[in-house]
Amino acid sequence: MQDFEIWMFIAVFQEMLGWAIWPIAALCVAATLALGMVLLRDRRLVAPRLLRAELLGLLGGLAAVAAMFAITSSWPGDMGGPIDWLLAIGIFVAGGLGTAIAAYAVAGLFARRGTVTTPGV
Amino acid sequence: MALPPSTLNRRSLLAAAAALGLAPAVPASGQAPLRTPARILIIGAGAAGLAAASRLVQRLDGAEITLIDRRREHLYQPGLTLVAAGLKDAGYVLSATRDYISGRVTLIEDVAAEIDPVGRSVTTEGGRRVAYDYLIVATGLHLDYAAIEGMDVARIGRDGLGSVYAGAEQAAATWRAMSDFADRGGTGLFLRPATEMKCAGAPLKYAFLTDDILRRRGNRGKAELVYNAHNRALFSVPIVSEKLRMLYADRGIRVNHEHVLRAIDPGRRIATFRTPQGDQELGYDFINVVPPMRAPAVVRNSPLAWQTGPFAADGWAEVDRGTLRHARFPEVFCVGDVAGVPKGKTAASVKWQVPVAVDHLIATIEGRESPARYNGYTSCPMITRIGRAMLVEFDYNDNLVPSFPGVIAPLEELWITWIIKEVGLKPTYLAMLRGRA
Ligand SMILES: Cc1cc2nc3c(=O)[nH]c(=O)nc-3n(C[C@H](O)[C@H](O)[C@H](O)COP(=O)(O)OP(=O)(O)OC[C@H]3O[C@@H](n4cnc5c(N)ncnc54)[C@H](O)[C@@H]3O)c2cc1C
Repeated sequence: MQDFEIWMFIAVFQEMLGWAIWPIAALCVAATLALGMVLLRDRRLVAPRLLRAELLGLLGGLAAVAAMFAITSSWPGDMGGPIDWLLAIGIFVAGGLGTAIAAYAVAGLFARRGTVTTPGV
Repeated sequence: MALPPSTLNRRSLLAAAAALGLAPAVPASGQAPLRTPARILIIGAGAAGLAAASRLVQRLDGAEITLIDRRREHLYQPGLTLVAAGLKDAGYVLSATRDYISGRVTLIEDVAAEIDPVGRSVTTEGGRRVAYDYLIVATGLHLDYAAIEGMDVARIGRDGLGSVYAGAEQAAATWRAMSDFADRGGTGLFLRPATEMKCAGAPLKYAFLTDDILRRRGNRGKAELVYNAHNRALFSVPIVSEKLRMLYADRGIRVNHEHVLRAIDPGRRIATFRTPQGDQELGYDFINVVPPMRAPAVVRNSPLAWQTGPFAADGWAEVDRGTLRHARFPEVFCVGDVAGVPKGKTAASVKWQVPVAVDHLIATIEGRESPARYNGYTSCPMITRIGRAMLVEFDYNDNLVPSFPGVIAPLEELWITWIIKEVGLKPTYLAMLRGRA
């Protein structure tokens, strides 16, 4: 493909998602920033919170794959070759990571003082 | 970790800014726009005409760019198959032409009636004469339903008569007829014309989809599906044709060769095919009519049409196959379905043809030679059932030219290819109309 550049991808995603691209992008940035804030504040990973986030991440990954099947009127039996499995795994990982990051950050932001170790908070 | 400075160069920043609507779109070549007072006229605001207008706006400053097309609704034709399979409604393929036209382009909502390439002007049906320095002909093609005796487009959707090509509403009506057939069974006829045609895979896909819907309803055993090929092959690219032969055998779709639809009696549900043995009548319960396709009359009856050779009879425009520049009128380019070149009648071809033609046009203004060449790239996601497709991409020489070699196998039925067709194709097409893909 010619003109195979990043901005072409952005243009295609913009056409795909319409106005929703900006809220979605904002959400991704906000979740990443929130995670950064929470990590900086806590200066460590809070194990129970991480576990809960990971469990939610699993559900998020499954939901992402299920959504792809639903949106495209297909089902797992349509997967025909290794690249299809890689795609499904990719969607699962993206959905899972996104959910886990968001879940950890949100839980961290709403955490009670007792769970936070940073001095002065 | 800090990004290496080269990652964030001026170009990607500009591009990102343009994507955010903060800056004008970057010229496709990455250079500053060329200042010129050239008058550039484009006939047809379909896939090729809109994409060409958008690219010219990006690359030129001061040019007078005019589009002529009466059609206000833009039709995303690759989506018609999905509409006719009941997966999308008619609205999926419709949008407004004006949504893709830059403020720097003048749209004349009229039909081009006469092209005078000697006097360098075009006259519209409304009687307006538009002079040009450069002309881009992007009229698409004419669906010649009238050439099939007895065919009545108004009856599509009734009495088992379908035709995916006729338009959005007709594709939806074809779905109703096909769905009805899938409930009851009987004989389903599929075919293609003997002329050049856009998306030669579409008639084949529709037979696959009908087979799939019948199976999903548990009625495959009640139906016989017959595909009528116009010649001895199923597809013009031999390796693809062989693969399709195997898949049709696997799905139990019978193939008749050298059968060309000549007449139809929609009331009695009888289709008459021209064969080497004479006319043959075949009864049907459902039929997907694909009409003969020719260049629109404005091109067919103009000096732009081929005068001799295989493209002359249907009036396709005589262009150089590598540059899409007219063979006798160097300031004229013909892109998209109307171009008289082997292969290349898909939206995917348009995506590759338009930048080449535009670069040659601009090079002429600048007085330089353009090295850009179109290699015949044509692509067709061959749907083999709902949820699976084969990514078939080829060039003038019948070579497979996969976009993702080693990643997406071209002749394999894959889910990822279906996802590309279902999710990726329309946004890429729309981005192309805006000159951004
Ligand atoms: C059922 C179907 C399935 C398809 N599937 C695929 C696919 O999967 N992948 C793919 O890449 N392609 C596919 N295509 C093909 C693709 O849609 C066409 O190749 C593409 O639209 C060609 O673009 P164009 O600009 O040449 O013609 P069009 O998009 O048809 O535009 C032509 C324009 O010219 C205008 N016009 C005509 N005559 C005049 C005149 N005299 N004056 C002014 N204006 C005029 C028309 O109103 C129209 O707006 C499919 C097509 C069909 C019908």
